[in-house]
Amino acid sequence: MARMKFVCDAERCIECNGCVTACKNEHEVPWGVNRRRVVTLNDGVPGERSISVACMHCSDAPCMAVCPVNCFYRTDEGVVLHDKDVCIGCGYCSYACPFGAPQFPSQGTFGVRGKMDKCTFCAGGPEANGSQAEFEKYGRNRLAEGKLPACAEMCSTKALLAGDGDMVADIFRTRVLSRGKGAEVWGWGTAYGSRQAGQAPAAAPGAKS
Amino acid sequence: MKQLLLMAASVALLSACGDKPQSAGGVKSDAAPYTGTGKAYVEKGWKEGDKVSWESQLKARGMNTQNEYSKSN
Repeated sequence: MARMKFVCDAERCIECNGCVTACKNEHEVPWGVNRRRVVTLNDGVPGERSISVACMHCSDAPCMAVCPVNCFYRTDEGVVLHDKDVCIGCGYCSYACPFGAPQFPSQGTFGVRGKMDKCTFCAGGPEANGSQAEFEKYGRNRLAEGKLPACAEMCSTKALLAGDGDMVADIFRTRVLSRGKGAEVWGWGTAYGSRQAGQAPAAAPGAKS
Repeated sequence: MKQLLLMAASVALLSACGDKPQSAGGVKSDAAPYTGTGKAYVEKGWKEGDKVSWESQLKARGMNTQNEYSKSN
């Protein structure tokens, strides 16, 4: 197996936030913590694009590099996880992460930052697989149940792909080659005619203009 | 003298109770996901502890649920 990876297809994401909801529900993530969120560029402008963002489980993870207590580790499947019993909530990982993945619940006295929380690729943490302690600290361990992350499985348009990197790449490649671009996109000719978008339909021969 | 010995003994005994270890323990070991959870709600089609069957079941699940081109074309 290669490495577990997420890919979000910006051509398909419709900003429904189903992934965000699925994640919060599956792991009972506390209020104020968003392990996943949808970012939209040029919102409201024709051609806007949305992508679903969470921890990307980097091959060279900056959070791991800056953590002063070395609470991060990477599994054999390439999932970047952390140990909340070691985390001191300093927030260095939050500054280092280019995706804004680390989240900090405000549950301590005087609003003190709690332990860092982030996407686990639905792989739990360093507690016994499927245990109550693992669920309470890290959420559900779906990988150990033979399932893929809830966000990707819940995605209505299959914009968000998750799983083995080779498999995800195969799916995305097939998709891009099959759907084409512009007027080549599947179904365009059926719905709007075969001419390019934005052009007037061809006048029938002999028709009055 | 007796009191002194008693105090010394109490200090020696209590010092082990009050403090939590401050050494950086590092990350606890994490079991591989293919070892399973040993509980219900586990997807069928693979055997817990068998890495190869876990990988092939995840791949099949991913292709079946995420690649609609394999169904439509």
